[in-house]
Amino acid sequence: MSDRKIDETTGVETTGHSWDGIEELNNPLPRWWLWTFYATIIWGLGYTIAYPAWPMISGATSGLLGYSTRAEVAADIAAHEAKNSELAAALEAADLTALDDAEGLRRYATARGGSVFRAQCSQCHGAGAAGAKGYPNLLDDDWLWGGDIENIATTVNHGIRNETDPDARYSQMPAFGDILPKAEIAAVVEHVVSLSSDDYDRALAESGSTVFADNCAACHGDGAEGNREMGAPDLTDAIWLYGGDRDTLTTTVRDARFGVMPAWGQRLSDADVRAVSVYVHSLGGGE
Amino acid sequence: MADNEKVQPSDKDPKVSQLSDLPGEVPNELPHQTALIDRHAILEKSPTLLLVASLLVVTVGGIVEIAPLFWLENTIEKVEGVRPYSPLELTGRDIYVREGCYVCHSQMIRPMRDEVERYGHYSLAAESMYDHPFQWGSKRTGPDLARVGGRYSDAWHVDHLMDPQSVVPESIMPKYAFLADKRIEADHIEDLLSTHRMVGVPYSDEQITSARADFRVQADPEGDWDGLVERYPGAAVGNFDGQPGLTEMDALIAYLQVMGTMVDFSTFTPDETR
Repeated sequence: MSDRKIDETTGVETTGHSWDGIEELNNPLPRWWLWTFYATIIWGLGYTIAYPAWPMISGATSGLLGYSTRAEVAADIAAHEAKNSELAAALEAADLTALDDAEGLRRYATARGGSVFRAQCSQCHGAGAAGAKGYPNLLDDDWLWGGDIENIATTVNHGIRNETDPDARYSQMPAFGDILPKAEIAAVVEHVVSLSSDDYDRALAESGSTVFADNCAACHGDGAEGNREMGAPDLTDAIWLYGGDRDTLTTTVRDARFGVMPAWGQRLSDADVRAVSVYVHSLGGGE
Repeated sequence: MADNEKVQPSDKDPKVSQLSDLPGEVPNELPHQTALIDRHAILEKSPTLLLVASLLVVTVGGIVEIAPLFWLENTIEKVEGVRPYSPLELTGRDIYVREGCYVCHSQMIRPMRDEVERYGHYSLAAESMYDHPFQWGSKRTGPDLARVGGRYSDAWHVDHLMDPQSVVPESIMPKYAFLADKRIEADHIEDLLSTHRMVGVPYSDEQITSARADFRVQADPEGDWDGLVERYPGAAVGNFDGQPGLTEMDALIAYLQVMGTMVDFSTFTPDETR
């Protein structure tokens, strides 16, 4: 130790290096810091042995603990499904019209359906299910394809006018712009306005009623009360999917509408489809 | 400086210690330093040698981290159904990139229960193997779009792009209505496909020669699109924007509707070691 060099000014040991007379003080790292640093290196090595890390020719080492993100998420999903399994199985087997027979089943279905609705359906039908222009309000009792639980479940399962499910509900209103002259379209629009409003041109609406009877009544019914077999809306109730003003009605008659809903049976589990149907049915308009 | 009397030559300044002040020879290292450190001094004193040695050290890291990625069968597991984008989808993808959709939307469903329940099966590397550049992202101001295909109708996409708040009132997404007014032509579509082939997308000669026709017919349900669907299985055909003529809106919606729909997950068994 006697051969250590001590810098006179600071009293600190020097490394002995000298460049142009300038010497380097030797202030070593604190021992605790150094040992912590070495410990992290050893920990790091251990970590790469315990967990998947080292890349090999055809894959990485899988690690002694056998950890896998995919296995973890599969286990996580399985654990939640197991917790739900009893009620979910009961829901899948249940007659949806007689849910109340089983203890707590309706409460479970409504809660599960609500979360499915908010994640999958709210983008079109709205978080509160009040719909938007072109996307039906699910709170009222005006249903295009039927509002009893079985019909709602069918609609959710197979969707409407999509190309992915052959059992999807399907109908196509003709684009009357190619069929009727403009004057007749104006007349039939006036007639449709007259069905749910007092503010209309009596003579024009009168002439429109024959156009309606010849072209529209086959689907919308003689009294324009709609037809759920065809998803043809009731035109007398002042509830409009695309709008009830003359401009919008003219566009609807001229170009026709073709609202599409995906087949959720292809994306959701059977229990989810049933649950969300129960939820929608419970919103107020269910029949 | 020479005129300044106060400045003394350093060898006469008593405050500057001199080599001669030190006893005997000055060692260049501490006595307890080992021979290995001795040899390290050779490296430190030769810049060229140090550069070469540094390069060697960095190369080891490069080989371990990067080289395995070139064994694609190791990096990307094989799944059925992933195909190159059709010309119109590819054009829509370019619009997606141009408009910076990736700034707010990721295309990467992580393997976590909440993500899988909301968006669908977690993303696989193979699903973006023909993406140049990929759009995985890590910033979600809007939702993940990796599996948005088929989730909404074409009309919903039009409504939503024209005015997002009309369907999702709480959305802060800007309006993209101008896309419906911007007509697109197939002028450079062969070049676009060829460029993607150059970087590894397996477009066939047939796909490139028929690119122009495929580009137009995908948005024309009245047209003869049998060839298109044969070349690009599962491609959705339709007048996406609901108006005559090909617009950027058509291309973008064609792209959105194919996202995440290529792999049939009923036939997929995940490799648990990944």
